[in-house]
Amino acid sequence: MSLVQSIDQVALAPAYLAALTAVAVLVVDLIVPGRRVPALVAAALGTTATGVVAVLVGLGPARATFCTAGGTLPGGVPVDRSCSYVADHVGALVAVAFCAVTLVVLALSTPVLAARVAPTGEYLFLLAASLTGGVVLGYARDLITLIIAVETLTLPLYVLIGLRRRASRATGPDEPGAPAEAASGALTFFVISVVSTTVTLLGAALLYALTGAVHLDRIAAALAHRDDLHGVPLTSAAVLLVLVGLAFKLAAVPFHGWAPVSYDGAPLPVTAYLSTASKLGGVVALLYVTVFALGPWLSVVGPLLAVLAVASMTVGNLAALRQRRMVRLLAFSSVAQAGYLLAPLGAFAAAAGRSGAARHTLTAATLGYTIFYLLLELGAFGALIALRGAGSGGEIDEYRGAGRVRPLTAAALAFALIGLAGLPPSLAGLFAKITVVRAALTGGTAWLAVLIALNAVLGLVYYLRVVVVLYRPGEYRPVPVRPLLAGVLALVTAAAVVAGFAPQLVLDAAALLP
Amino acid sequence: MSALLVVLLAVPAVGAVLAALLPDRAGRLAGTVAAAVAFLATLPLAWHSAPVGHHAIAPWHQLDVAWAPALDIRFHLGVDGISWPLVLLTTLLTLLCCGYSLWRTPGAVPGRYLVALLLVIEVGIVGVFESLDLVLFFVFFEVVLLPMYAVIAGWGGPGRRAAATKFVLYTLFGSVLLLVGVFVIVARTGTADLVTLSDRGGAGLSAGTQLLAFVLLAVAFAVKSPLWPLHTWLPDAHTEAPTVGSVILAGVLLKMGTYGLLRVAVGVLPDGARAASGVLGVLATAAILIGALVCLRQTELKRLIAYSSVGHMGFVVLGIATLTGVGFQAALVGNIAHGLLTGLLFFLAGAIKDRTGTGELARLGGLREVAPGLAGLLGFAAIGSLGLPGLAGFWGEFFTVYAAIRHGGPLWIVLGVFAAFGGALAAAYFLRLLRRVAHGPAAPAIAALRPRALARPELAAWSPLVLLALAVGVAPALVLALSAPPVRALIEVMGR
Repeated sequence: MSLVQSIDQVALAPAYLAALTAVAVLVVDLIVPGRRVPALVAAALGTTATGVVAVLVGLGPARATFCTAGGTLPGGVPVDRSCSYVADHVGALVAVAFCAVTLVVLALSTPVLAARVAPTGEYLFLLAASLTGGVVLGYARDLITLIIAVETLTLPLYVLIGLRRRASRATGPDEPGAPAEAASGALTFFVISVVSTTVTLLGAALLYALTGAVHLDRIAAALAHRDDLHGVPLTSAAVLLVLVGLAFKLAAVPFHGWAPVSYDGAPLPVTAYLSTASKLGGVVALLYVTVFALGPWLSVVGPLLAVLAVASMTVGNLAALRQRRMVRLLAFSSVAQAGYLLAPLGAFAAAAGRSGAARHTLTAATLGYTIFYLLLELGAFGALIALRGAGSGGEIDEYRGAGRVRPLTAAALAFALIGLAGLPPSLAGLFAKITVVRAALTGGTAWLAVLIALNAVLGLVYYLRVVVVLYRPGEYRPVPVRPLLAGVLALVTAAAVVAGFAPQLVLDAAALLP
Repeated sequence: MSALLVVLLAVPAVGAVLAALLPDRAGRLAGTVAAAVAFLATLPLAWHSAPVGHHAIAPWHQLDVAWAPALDIRFHLGVDGISWPLVLLTTLLTLLCCGYSLWRTPGAVPGRYLVALLLVIEVGIVGVFESLDLVLFFVFFEVVLLPMYAVIAGWGGPGRRAAATKFVLYTLFGSVLLLVGVFVIVARTGTADLVTLSDRGGAGLSAGTQLLAFVLLAVAFAVKSPLWPLHTWLPDAHTEAPTVGSVILAGVLLKMGTYGLLRVAVGVLPDGARAASGVLGVLATAAILIGALVCLRQTELKRLIAYSSVGHMGFVVLGIATLTGVGFQAALVGNIAHGLLTGLLFFLAGAIKDRTGTGELARLGGLREVAPGLAGLLGFAAIGSLGLPGLAGFWGEFFTVYAAIRHGGPLWIVLGVFAAFGGALAAAYFLRLLRRVAHGPAAPAIAALRPRALARPELAAWSPLVLLALAVGVAPALVLALSAPPVRALIEVMGR
């Protein structure tokens, strides 16, 4: 075995470009300090280039790099060559999704940057750094690369949440959204993030100790071939620890406590990024681990994910009912959405959910739901920012009358919220709901489907409350909307409408996952 | 011809967009024109050649396009003798309501939005009646939820918000169970096509699965119909809804429940239906009796009519629960009759409430002397509704009782007797209503009633309902002849 590996630079190109974007933004900010537009343009161009290159690389045959030659694992399990980094179709899809989310968030960030709530250079650098983590995550095929990618995605967010130089004009010093609140949000996020990473790492270490492998496919091979691992409590513990730790990124119960505090403390575009990119990262990491590594152990994974799903949707929905602040309501709603995201995987709990075709249906349903969710959530936050400018989300009652003053923006918000509730006329949301319920029943878990359905009723209560507030008479004070923001909001909403009439597009993309 | 099936959905949708975007007067007019086009487009669908082959559902016209294979959805539309009369009723009532809204809309919100919402509701209801794909059926079933919520919450009475919320949560509860039930069937059979599924008559589904799916679907449709004890959203929604909202709600929206019960729940899951028919029959009879008893104690006009709907829909469900051809036929006639007569009753109740500002029976009285036209129509609608032979309401209830008794067995005979008794109670409460409102000395609210004569738009909106109620009453064969072949086909498949 040669010590010098040959590295496929083409496969790595998207990751390089994402990292290069981060550096470029920093350099541009050094060359023209204090100017918003050049850095923003650099970030947008870099992100677009990353996405385009990811597509180009993804169109070709799968490219793998950082490979280890085949051999024998402890316990006499023969394995083939394994690679840590594989640029295949699904990797490209994930990378493109991260780039799209980042592009939208860049546009959503313009009011915050214009109001100088956050320093432009640092803000954009951190966003691009986080993007790099997301892109690498899409291609990661071993536990260590995966965990590092997730951390690269998450760690910049900790700073972004706290990155609030001063209270914006819309909020007073004592209100949430002020620097103190931001700091507490950032700290909560950091502490829970560290704890959850520790938990994941402990699980990964145990898995390594048991199987002698970190590559996802090798772990699967070891779990499939070694009967002595079955029935060992330590193996179950390892699997549980890895999954529960990753559930943090999704803001799923039990690691959901950070969501309301961090969401409400952060500037709105950062909250938008948290509730979309971070969630996407969690879903991808969970899917990769369950599909590529824990396939033989779905009987352990399924019930756990089912419990997490039910707990998340129920806790999230019940807590959201009581919220008075807009962003906190959306935070708990995103906890509930995490439950719906996990629900198809929870259908592994039933034996029928583990057969080949059903398994593919379930994982594709999770990815499909994620795409629908991203469109609707970005639409909701886009509309929120268009209504509030650089300010914080504020109380729900402050939106009274927005429907009369800003009919189009309010309609976009109503459309997104109704979609999150899963009802027409927001067909994207309706199909998302159908996807999840269908997956649960394909897996044979009727009880899970009924619980999802009942939670949808619970969800409508608070989504509808917000929509109604928009159209009540009241004193909403409009803020100026930039054309870029309005355009991007229109684009995201249009994408959600198209996805509603042509759900097959979304589900075809989701079916790329093996 | 099958393109008309899409026209029926597309024209109201376009009309809704136009109504919402144009200025108020022009918007309402554009919406009404769209409703009229949709109504006219329904008529040619009646011309059809004899269906080929022996199928449980033999659509006159159909259209089948793939939509989203990954979700088992096909855009499969069609009409037959069971669904076409309901489609016609829907497009007619929507047209009448839009026309009525040209003349009058309550409240401060511009009336063009009301017209737009009525048209969206029409898309949903017509879509439900046209769907020959289970998932598509579900999608259209959900389309009506929020527009109806908005109609009640936007143009309703003083307690509208609570009533609208109750309506939307209750009916969403029903429709999510429908979603689960639909995919229980689809996951086990691998198809969502209603024609195929009805042809199989439940083959490939175990008895347990059939019962589970049937219970889920039956609860979903029972909420919509509504069937006692899941009816409690209905009186509040009706009391608070604006006139046109009540008309659509009672006239066609409830029919989605009974239509679904017959076409989807019974048609696809005959064994499940057989296992649950006794329970369904008992609940339906309870609805008839309880609806009637509550009506006897009602003091508010619209609430009384709402509870009378509970009783009438009880008859319809009882007819379906007998699982006999006569019962199905009775249910279909009952559906149409209830749509015509209760629609008319709600129009009249709305006119009386608009003119007097109250719906309290204690404050009404002597309408016959002050406004004979209004009182005469109210008398016609009430007598038709209580099931006088020769008017539309009679056939559905008579044949339901007949079907229950002929079904045989002690349970069904008892149910038939109780249902007949409930029918007699209906006569009691409708006559009480007439005595309170039409007869006696004129109460102050009635004496101050303006205008006393019927306005021309009112006449235009109501006369088609009066004429059709007469026509169906004199010649029930108008409906029965249409629905006889599909009902026979369904019974054949169920008997296999």
